[in-house]
Amino acid sequence: MEALKQELKSKIIEVLNLEDIAVEDINDNDALFGDGLGLDSIDALELIVLLDKEYGIKLTDPKDGKAIFESIETMSKYIAANRTK
Amino acid sequence: MKTCYINGVGCISTQNTFETEFLSEVTLNETENVLFANQPSYKEFIPPAMIRRMAKGVKMGIAASTKALKEANLDLPDAIITGTGMGCVEDSEKFLKAILDNNEQFLTPTSFIQSTHNTVGGQIALGLQCKGYNFTYVNGAVSFETALLDAKMQVENEEANNVLIGGVDETSSHTLELFKLINIIKSEADKPYSVVTPNSKGVVFSEGASFFVLENEKKDNSYASVQAVSIMSALEMDEVQDYIGTFLAAHDLKPSDIDAVVLGNNGDSEFDGYYDSTKTMFEATPQVFYKHLSGEYNTASSFGFWVACNIIKNQELPEIVSLNSLKKEKYTTVLLYNQYRGKDHSLIVLKNAKT
Repeated sequence: MEALKQELKSKIIEVLNLEDIAVEDINDNDALFGDGLGLDSIDALELIVLLDKEYGIKLTDPKDGKAIFESIETMSKYIAANRTK
Repeated sequence: MKTCYINGVGCISTQNTFETEFLSEVTLNETENVLFANQPSYKEFIPPAMIRRMAKGVKMGIAASTKALKEANLDLPDAIITGTGMGCVEDSEKFLKAILDNNEQFLTPTSFIQSTHNTVGGQIALGLQCKGYNFTYVNGAVSFETALLDAKMQVENEEANNVLIGGVDETSSHTLELFKLINIIKSEADKPYSVVTPNSKGVVFSEGASFFVLENEKKDNSYASVQAVSIMSALEMDEVQDYIGTFLAAHDLKPSDIDAVVLGNNGDSEFDGYYDSTKTMFEATPQVFYKHLSGEYNTASSFGFWVACNIIKNQELPEIVSLNSLKKEKYTTVLLYNQYRGKDHSLIVLKNAKT
C-alpha cells in the first residue's frame, strides 16, 4: 500500500503538472481539493482518466468521486480494492 | 475621427526584450535554425495554480500584455484583439498525440481546453476580468496586422477608447520537425545562416509575443500613431513596387517622405526578391531589418512593429538593426513592409506622436 501511495502521488504531480510540489510535500491525509492541494473540477476529470488509464477503474457514478478523491489515503484504498490492472 | 496612438508596449522574444531597455542586450545567431523565446519569470504575472496548465504562448501573451498595460497605465482595456498564426500549437500537439497514443480513449480536458487559437486572448481577458470585445485573428503572416487593422478602426471610430492588441506564436516540437522535413526551416548544412545575404531556402524559425495598447488619446509616453495599414494576400515580385507606391499615394505620401523603412527580410533566398524590389524604392532611406534578432514566425512582424515604435519614440536607429547604414536626424514617418513566402503582404505607416 505504501508503494501505491508513493506511485499515486508521483502520477498526480506529473498528470496535473504541479510544478512546485514534490512527492514528500503531499501527506496521505491531505485534502486533494479545496484547502489542501487546491485541485479543481478540471483536475477531477484528469484524476478520473488517470484511474481508468493506469488502474483500469471506470467510475460510473461521478458522485462516488467525492469520497474516492478525498485524499491519497482514500484514493489508494479504492484503487487497491478495485484495480483491474 | 480620432487618431490611434500606441501608448504601451511589451515584447517577449528570443532576445531579452522583456527585462531590458530597447535592444540594449542582443545575441546574434548564425548557427541555430530554431530559436526559442527568452522566458521571464511568470510567477509575478500569473497565479501558480493557473501557470501549471498554461502553454508557453499563453504565458508569453499574458506577461507581454501585462507590461504593455502597465506602460499605458491602463487597468482594463475596452477590447482585446489577438493575432496568431499557429495558436496554441503545443497543446494541440499534446491533445492529438493523446488521441493516437491512447487509441482515442482516456482523453483529458486540459490540453484540449488550451489547444484553441483564441486561448491567449481568452486567458488575458480572464485574468483582467475584461468582458469587452475579444477577438482572435488567425490569418497566417498577417494575423497581427489584421488585429491591428481591427483595433485601429475601432479606436478611430470611437467604438473603443483603448484596445489591447498583440501577436503571439509558440514553437512546438512535432511542428518544428515537420517544418524541417519540408524545408520551411533551414537545413543544418546551410550554416552559417544570414538574413542580409541569404544563400539558402527556408528560415530560422522562432516564437514570441508582442503586445501594444492603442488609445485615442495622445499621452506623454506615446510611442507613435498608427496612420495606415494595408494587407494583400498574394503578389508577384514585380507587383510589389506598384503595391507600395499605390498605398503611399493613397495616404498622400511619397517614398521620399519615409524616414525609415522596416523590412521583414528573413533569409529565405527564394522570396528575398520581394525585399530587394522594395529596397530599390528606398535607396536614400534608412533601411531597418529585425528578423536576424527575432527569427521568423507568423507574428514576427509584431516584433518589427515593436522595433519601429521604439525607433520613433527614442528618435534613434540602433546599429544592430540598420541595414544600409543610413541615418536621419528625425524619424517622423516610418513604413513597415512584411511578407512570408510571397504571400501575406502587409504595409503599416507609423508617425511620431509628437508631430
